[in-house]
Amino acid sequence: MSRLYRKRVSTYWWLGPWPYLRFILREASSVPVAWFVVVTLRQLRALAAGREAYAEFQQWMSQPPMVALNAVCFVFVLFHTITWFNLTPRAVVLRLRGQRVPDHLIAAPNYLGWVAASAAVAWLILRA
Amino acid sequence: MTETITLEVARYCPDRDSAPSLQSYQVPLREEWVVLDALNYIKDQLDGSLTFRWSCRMGICGSCGMMVNGEPKLTCATFLTHYRPGPIRVEPLRYFPVVRDLVVDITDFLAKLRDVKPWLVREDAKPPEREFLQTPEQLDTYKQYSMCINCLLCYAACPVYGLDSLFKGPAALALAQRYNLDSRDQGKEERMDILSQHDGIWGCTFVGECTRVCPKNVDPAGAIQRYKLDAATEWFKSVLMPWGNR
Repeated sequence: MSRLYRKRVSTYWWLGPWPYLRFILREASSVPVAWFVVVTLRQLRALAAGREAYAEFQQWMSQPPMVALNAVCFVFVLFHTITWFNLTPRAVVLRLRGQRVPDHLIAAPNYLGWVAASAAVAWLILRA
Repeated sequence: MTETITLEVARYCPDRDSAPSLQSYQVPLREEWVVLDALNYIKDQLDGSLTFRWSCRMGICGSCGMMVNGEPKLTCATFLTHYRPGPIRVEPLRYFPVVRDLVVDITDFLAKLRDVKPWLVREDAKPPEREFLQTPEQLDTYKQYSMCINCLLCYAACPVYGLDSLFKGPAALALAQRYNLDSRDQGKEERMDILSQHDGIWGCTFVGECTRVCPKNVDPAGAIQRYKLDAATEWFKSVLMPWGNR
């Protein structure tokens, strides 16, 4: 058999077409998600430790580098959430009376749950 | 004077070249011409040594898939005018070994396709005397996935396949799902044993490009995610109800 030419895939393949970069950004957005989990756990720990510990936590979070970091992470978390919600209809196929349920109706409950959870958290924070 | 466009075509002769190089050709830019027409013009009028696969010219046979300006395309359905004023770069399908010029070696895909048993698996000892009946709803369940023409554009769009050649790949997995969802098939468990391995469905990281480039709207990425959901459900069932049937 004649010699086949095999091209190696570049380490930087994901810097090429935009869909590949978008995919890597989506995957990388799990790091900011993990960061927010850490922040929430620390917040709960400070809350349990008393008024002084919580004031210290708030002081830590209000430092400009921390605000900037959280702003960037928030954008990534939004990107993560929206892209995954929009991908739900690819994995979940429901049929109703012989017809496939449209994609937007599959994605909608995710958004409704998101809005409800956000409203509940906002109510908890703002009622004080 | 006839308007022309430049085609930069990848050329590779295994006996002479160590790597492919681009060769430029001027071809007439006609409204009704697709990239495949331009390649046939080159072969007939300019350079008879150019090698490429094609057959039906109507998006059915799946043999004329190539990279056009870096995008996997069926060249019989890709109009030259879309790339005016050019140039248009035509290369062999990405991630496959190149045999010559625009022809790639698809042996690996054919082996993977066989692995997923893309046929009706039945437990009956003998073939039935009558055909299996199926309702329009049952047909509709898998019809989308049965439209695959094995053109391999999805493999050329999938970085996972490019990085890990053991990965079964989008078309093979979508075709497995096509048979799993067929009401006449009884081979779902057999296929699950093969496909629930790491180089099966779990190798897919849901880049989603396979679905975007598919010329037949097969949605291989969707098929794989549905398969993952099925596999995860089966696993939970086997853990929570170990006494039940798989």
